[in-house]
This record gives sequence, structure tokens and C-alpha cells, in this order.
Amino acid sequence: MTDFGFKLSKSATLDLDKADTGLYERLCSLEPDARICMNCGSCSATCTAAPFSGMSLRKVILGLQRGQDVRPMLQGCMLCGKCSMVCPRGINTRHLILTLCRIYD
Amino acid sequence: MKENVVVIGGGVAGMEAARELLLLGYNPIVVEQQDHLGGHVAQWNRLFPDISSAGDLVRTLGDGITDANIFLETKVTFVNRLQNGYLVMLSNGVNIACRAILVATGFKLFDASRKEEYGYGVYDHVVTNADLESWFNGNDSDRFPAAPKSIGFVHCVGSRDLKAGNSQCSKVCCITAVKQAIEMKERFPDARVFCFYMDLRLFGKKYEDFYIRAQQEFGIQFIRGRVSEVGETLEGRLQVKAEDTLSGKPLKVQLDLLVLMAGMSCNPEVAELARMARLDMDSDGFLRSRDNLGGINESNRPGIFYAGACTGAKTVPETLAEARSAALAIHRYMQGR
Repeated sequence: MTDFGFKLSKSATLDLDKADTGLYERLCSLEPDARICMNCGSCSATCTAAPFSGMSLRKVILGLQRGQDVRPMLQGCMLCGKCSMVCPRGINTRHLILTLCRIYD
Repeated sequence: MKENVVVIGGGVAGMEAARELLLLGYNPIVVEQQDHLGGHVAQWNRLFPDISSAGDLVRTLGDGITDANIFLETKVTFVNRLQNGYLVMLSNGVNIACRAILVATGFKLFDASRKEEYGYGVYDHVVTNADLESWFNGNDSDRFPAAPKSIGFVHCVGSRDLKAGNSQCSKVCCITAVKQAIEMKERFPDARVFCFYMDLRLFGKKYEDFYIRAQQEFGIQFIRGRVSEVGETLEGRLQVKAEDTLSGKPLKVQLDLLVLMAGMSCNPEVAELARMARLDMDSDGFLRSRDNLGGINESNRPGIFYAGACTGAKTVPETLAEARSAALAIHRYMQGR
């Protein structure tokens, strides 16, 4: 085929019909509190790793809900647990991250 | 002989209900534990949506009840069930027999020092919405810097907060924050003003207009993220951290004043009254109405009625409307209808 120098870009649309949320559902079955996150961002605001590694637990949970691969972000977590102190919904965030790591393993 | 109705609580709900009960031909007896009428509204400076004077409202309501019996600095010590009504005993030694009681015990302002990460009571320049209104009322304090360059407002302090035991939205704080942000910008036009919010709930009449004005005319910046911690710099400025959830990045900013929008929580003293009169409490600690659609003024006990924020967070106009409707519900009850 002749190369005209054009290519099709992959659409950045989040296609909820095709998103695989199996991982999120598994997380929720082990950590039911994952469902009550309201995306306020307290965890990522207080995260010691966030400014340097791009880690954001809020984005991790949101990413799982959208069927995205959140492993690269998760690797930035140092498990300090500071996020669990500020969550207004009382989610045991550190435990949730550990559970998610176990699912990925 | 006019029939007694005991009104527990002399805030705006109790005052408006007492006024209506007087007009309907009853003898309302207002029991207020503070040394003044008007409750929280009496401490406020100006009220949304018309930026009208809170003091004027309390004075107008007070003018309507000059013929009522009002006991200040008085508490209800006991409520006894009689065959056809109640015997209410007061801390001043007065006992009142009545067929109907109106509970208008209102709410308690959330104690902002419970959210330790915000530093209320630790850092001088962290204040609450109530402190700010008091300062607007001319109560000067060195906690308010003379010429702040940047000011922040934190929405949902002790509201929508399961950890603090308050899962409910306090309803009035979003619009109060927008109102207070505009008022601060009017005083300090050169200051940068930030509102940190999780969701903006501007549901009422003219609220959205306030939001647009805050953006358009006053350049107030709205940041979608809950403040997670407050610290102090060596220079004594406040260092505030939040996530800007819309850009998905951690955010920090230095402020000269941070205002915490303390929410409405249940009045803990009402639990004792509920126990004595065998009233149902809701899971949020507020009193439970017989029915949240058609029976909001009614309790689970005959002759005991509710008005205002004792059943949940309310705005002032909602409270006043409920007070008038409670007075009518009492009137119907007295007439046996």
C-alpha cells in the first residue's frame, strides 16, 4: 500500500460500551468503600508522592471505573497512608491500594 | 382564655411561628436558652439572596411577638405526658400545661476545630463563616488581616463528611461562601479570592446569578477540590493544599485568610428532649418528621410539631415558611380537624 504520510489517530474518547470494568468490580467486592469515593481530591492533594510521580488515588479509582490501566500510576505510591487521614468519607485508602496491588499480582 | 402553645426555641422559626400563633388567637410561650431572640440569624450580618440585614429581620420578627410570653435564658427541664396534652417544666420554675408544643430547636454550627487538618484554633488567620459575619458586624479582631492579598473559602466543612458523622449537605454554605467571597472582594478589590468546592450546589432563587456575578464582576476563582491540609509559612502566611481535580494536579497557594464554611449539624441537646417526649430521631441526629413530603411539621407524637432546622438543614425563607405552616398545623390540631 502506498504511504501517503497520513495515519489514523486512535480516538481519545472514553467508550463506556467497550470499557472493561472487571478490575473495578473485583476491587469493589474486596473493598466496598471504593464505591463511595466522590472524587473530592483530598487524597491526591495531601499525597507526598503526587507532585513528583503523578500518583493520584482519585485518578486511580476513576481510571478503574473507566476501564483504564492504572498500574503505572499505582507504582508511585509509597504507602505512607497520609491519604487515609484526610478522606472525608473515611475510606481506608492505604488498605485499598494494597488490595489493588494484590489484584494486579 | 387563650390556649397555651409552648414554642421551644426562640430563633427565627420560633419567632415567626409565635407571631402566627398570636394572630390565630393562641398564647404562645417562647422558651429560649440564650439571652436574646433570633438564634443564629441574630449573629449574622447580611442574608442572601437580597443581601438584606439579618438584624432587621430579627427586629421585624421581634416586633410581631411583643404580646407573647418570652422566657430568655430558660431551658425545658421536663416534658410530662398528660391525658390530653403535655406539662412542660422550665428551668425558671414555671410549669405550663398545653395541648400543643412546637419544637424549633434549630441546628448547631459544626465545630470547625474537629477538622484538625484545617487548623482552626491553631492558626490565627483560619476563621469560620460565623466569625466572618461577626467581623462584618463590627466585632473587630486581629485574626482578620488589615489588607489581605489573597483569601480562600473552604466549602463543606463538616458537611458531606461521613468521618465527622455528618453525611448531609448543609445546603446554605455554597451560596453563603459565594456571598461572603463577593463581600470580601468588595472590601478588598485587589485581593485574590478562591473558593474550594467539591460540588457547587446553587439551587435556590437567584443563587446561580450570584455565581455568575462572582465570576464575571468579581473574578472569584472556583477550584474544584477539597482542601486537604493547611500549614503556616515562616512568614506567617497560610499554606493551603488541595487537588485541582479538573486539571488533575496537586495545587498549593499561600493565603492571608482562610474562611471555613462550617455546616449545620444536629442540635445535640434535642436528644434529651426527644427522650422525654418520646420523639423519633433520624439517622443524621435531626428530629424525624412524620412524613418528609406531606407531614414535615408533624412529629410521631400527637400535639408535638416541628419547624425549621430541627429536622434538617434549611434556609431562612424555608424556615419561616415552615414556621407559618406549623402554626396552621397546630391550629388545625386544636380545632380537632
